[in-house]
Amino acid sequence: MQNFTLVRSAPGTRPEAGSMFIAGGTDLLQLMKNDVVKPNRLVDIGKLDMRDIGTSPEGLRLGALASMAEVAANEQVRTGWPAIAEALLLSASPQIRNMGSIGGNLLQRTRCNYFRDTGFACNKREPGSGCPAIVGENRDLAVFGVSDNCIATHPSDVPVVLMALDANVHIVSAAGNNRDVRLSEFYRLPGDTPEIETILQPGDMIVAITVPNSEAARKSTYVKVRDRTSYAFALVSAAVGLDIADGRIREARIALGGVAPMPWRLTQVEAALRGQVPGDALFADATRHLAEGARVGTQNGFKIELAQRTVTRALQTLTA
Amino acid sequence: MNVGQSMTRMDGRLKVMGQAKYAAEFAVPDAVHAILVQSTIAAGTVEGFDLQQAKDMPGVLAIITPDNALKLQMGKKPQQVVVHPLLQDHEVLYNGQHIAVVVAITLQQAQAAASAVKVRYRTDEAVTSMDMVLKSAYEPKQFANGEAKADSRKGDPETAMATAAAKVDATYITPIEHHNPMESHVTIARWDGDRLTVWTATQGISGAHRTLSTLFGIDPGNVTVICPFVGGGFGSKGNTWPPATLAAMAAKMVGRPVKLELTRPQMFTSNGYRPRTIQHVQLAADADGRLVAMRHDGLTQMSMPKLGEFAEPVGMATRMLYASPNIGTSHRLVGVNQGLPTYMRGPGEASGVFALESAMDELAVALKLDPIELRLRNYTDVDSTEGKPFASKSLRECYRQGAEAFGWQKRNPEPSSMRDGRTLIGWGMATSTYPTRRMPASAVVRLMADGSAVVLSGTQDIGTGTYTTMAQVAGDEVGLSADRVRAELGDSRLPSAPISGGSMTTASVLPAVQMAARQARSRLIALAASQNEGWRNVPETSYQLRDGVISCEAGQASVASVLAQADQPYVEGRDDAKLSEEARKYSAHSFGAQFAEVRIDPDLRTIKVSRWVGAFDCGRLINAKTGRSQLIGGIVFGMGMALFEETRVDEASGRIVNANIAEYLMPVNADVPEIQTIVVDAPDNITTPMGVKGIGELPMVGAAPAIANAVFHATGVRVRDLPIRLDKILA
Repeated sequence: MQNFTLVRSAPGTRPEAGSMFIAGGTDLLQLMKNDVVKPNRLVDIGKLDMRDIGTSPEGLRLGALASMAEVAANEQVRTGWPAIAEALLLSASPQIRNMGSIGGNLLQRTRCNYFRDTGFACNKREPGSGCPAIVGENRDLAVFGVSDNCIATHPSDVPVVLMALDANVHIVSAAGNNRDVRLSEFYRLPGDTPEIETILQPGDMIVAITVPNSEAARKSTYVKVRDRTSYAFALVSAAVGLDIADGRIREARIALGGVAPMPWRLTQVEAALRGQVPGDALFADATRHLAEGARVGTQNGFKIELAQRTVTRALQTLTA
Repeated sequence: MNVGQSMTRMDGRLKVMGQAKYAAEFAVPDAVHAILVQSTIAAGTVEGFDLQQAKDMPGVLAIITPDNALKLQMGKKPQQVVVHPLLQDHEVLYNGQHIAVVVAITLQQAQAAASAVKVRYRTDEAVTSMDMVLKSAYEPKQFANGEAKADSRKGDPETAMATAAAKVDATYITPIEHHNPMESHVTIARWDGDRLTVWTATQGISGAHRTLSTLFGIDPGNVTVICPFVGGGFGSKGNTWPPATLAAMAAKMVGRPVKLELTRPQMFTSNGYRPRTIQHVQLAADADGRLVAMRHDGLTQMSMPKLGEFAEPVGMATRMLYASPNIGTSHRLVGVNQGLPTYMRGPGEASGVFALESAMDELAVALKLDPIELRLRNYTDVDSTEGKPFASKSLRECYRQGAEAFGWQKRNPEPSSMRDGRTLIGWGMATSTYPTRRMPASAVVRLMADGSAVVLSGTQDIGTGTYTTMAQVAGDEVGLSADRVRAELGDSRLPSAPISGGSMTTASVLPAVQMAARQARSRLIALAASQNEGWRNVPETSYQLRDGVISCEAGQASVASVLAQADQPYVEGRDDAKLSEEARKYSAHSFGAQFAEVRIDPDLRTIKVSRWVGAFDCGRLINAKTGRSQLIGGIVFGMGMALFEETRVDEASGRIVNANIAEYLMPVNADVPEIQTIVVDAPDNITTPMGVKGIGELPMVGAAPAIANAVFHATGVRVRDLPIRLDKILA
């Protein structure tokens, strides 16, 4: 870890240039201890008044500092957006869920081991240094949205649900300007600049996340497949929401975790389900579209088949 | 009687209250901090360092590199002393090798400066995978500490194999695994002139003592090693690895006490690991299921030979476990650019029995025989290769009691035939075995004026309950409950005892404790008799010693009064115990039968162990409670081996990729079902007078093949390379 200055932020204060925010610190402290991230100045925003959880006719609003545990336990979340609560409870450990903030969870850095060990080259950590993961130990890494420079996965669970349910991110800039960004526009794929992961500009702070009300949100679930029963990152996960009327799927919302540098929306599978009568034959046919655009490595090809089965399981669970 | 009871460990309360002082917690005044700098290449030479930036950083006291490191006595090292890498030259032999040590006032200053050290390398081509160089396999120089030969041969297995009715011929692979005890390796070293004191996390204070006195060329009497508690070792703290020596070197060079604690990633490159093995097993049976021939040929991944030697003795169980007229085994090493491997819980047997017992399951399938029946048809009461009788063996009882508790007779042998709803259920079993070892050990027992006793031995309590068992045994001999006996261990000034490894602490130390206690009792009685005219002719066996009072027909006296009259603070007994010559005529082993139930999601293929029965012939348990703790701990360790644990190496760089415990997976509570353990009543009175056998490794052995066999039973997919992850059974 390198020396840094810690500033405790009072409500209404603005970050200074060159500073980085810390809320729960569940990821940032790991990165700092491993010299992966070396901020000169750390602004602790943990005491800011952004912990609100509430609903309105438009939908759900989660203050950026609401803890993962608080959101998971919220009764309105559990009934109106059950997949959010499920994804949170399948994340990390109770201790981490007590500390981790919902805004910070959007920004958890990849678990790619090459990124987290300064003994390896990494284009995300040191642009232009190379990506040994592509030809290396890539079992856990991405099969969608990758580039020749990076195959890192986004590791978080709840953003997968938020992506499926069309969430918005509310941002305030260093100058005090507010703007809303759809989560689908929030992340950036690695391309030639894997070091840039979101549209956030220096000084931008996430203040809240909103999720629209919908039938698909009310009938949603999250299935996580991992190497051990608890406290592990997803090999593959699926967030699925269905709006079913008159025995047909009116709307389907599907996103995958563990397979791409960002939560990966499956619009082509959604389209194949729309207007159809749910059933195993339909699910098999629709999930076949999932493989489109995939680029697999030497060890992670199984994620395609596993993702198809995971989405199928979620669809079966919602229609059982 | 204390022995055999279920007793809570005496140090348990201290541990949960945070009052048990581990090596890192000794507050040594003026101690400063050292951090290791490690290579980022796998092979080559350090051409130079750029240290200016690091030297100028706050708090930095010294940067030790091969250019300025203290020269150590590398010439006449005894066996088991690890002498690389100790900054004695510029050669780099693996990625993550120690190449410098930064010493600073605070830990954070040392860490920051360590990351500012710049290294210039000349890089050579590295061998990063044993699979690249299998043809270069060589015979170990020193196999199994010289106690056995690398190859064994009985009869003519190749010829016998050719005409057999049924045959299994398969290759099994086990990965690199790391011990990952909760407590990191740590050493605090302090010099007082030529005298060295170290507080270090170790399974062997006697080995640390020998290593440090040898390498620094000082009189053994000038070295003190202190380690009252160990936060897990599992073999990683068996050798005295270079960081302990480097801490002492740094302390000498800066003239202040130095604390050197490994980070979790450094725990993957500093203290050995279970090496990758590739094992070729051939079993051949006649139509009745009798093994007409067995071959087990093991390749162990090794470091470059300069670092030392370690051969995983995978074929040892195959030599002794089943009756067969024709048995051949061999062990070869394949050197790569990795650190030196070492013992890890169940060394040899954990990896080797995975291969053997998977192959036995495959043979049972080929013969359409029940897996237990196949093992019973090949049961032997003599060691199959050495021909010696077993000192004790109740494996048949383990099969019987384990099968009954598990409900094995309800098993449908057809793969994928048993389900709960759609969930696939698999039942698998495997045999477990581990040698019973005993090494020379010494102990002292003192009977104190307040009626209590003190028992002393320079052993370690690595979490297994040694404090408690020492007090139990001594207490029984001198008429005290265990809580009136204080045990002292973990200090090299105490009577010498062996390393706490190889499941041998109880069998080695407790006989010495027992005899020392008897001697103390005799001396006390003799002293009392000398003080009482009427007691002189009372034979020793007629005395009672109970709760600090000596009595005989002629009267009674308190220990306090006897000692006061003699003007002595205590009476003392001492014993140096070792295995008898008679015992060497026997082959001594523990045995067991492991039964696993797995539940597998038919679509997602996630594997969950849902039920476990382990039945063990592990001799007499001194403490039923801590004994059971070791059994369930070993079984969980085996679940880790079967399903989770794997150190992954980047082939291009030879660097370990998942050197942390977020990505190096071990079982969590949610992965572990309730575990039923059965201990069959079978003392081994030949190896030790109290009937003890080894228990630490045994429950780990056989756990992985029981799960692999259960996965086959559930799915029809035979996984021959560990760990068994869902992608291996997805198709």
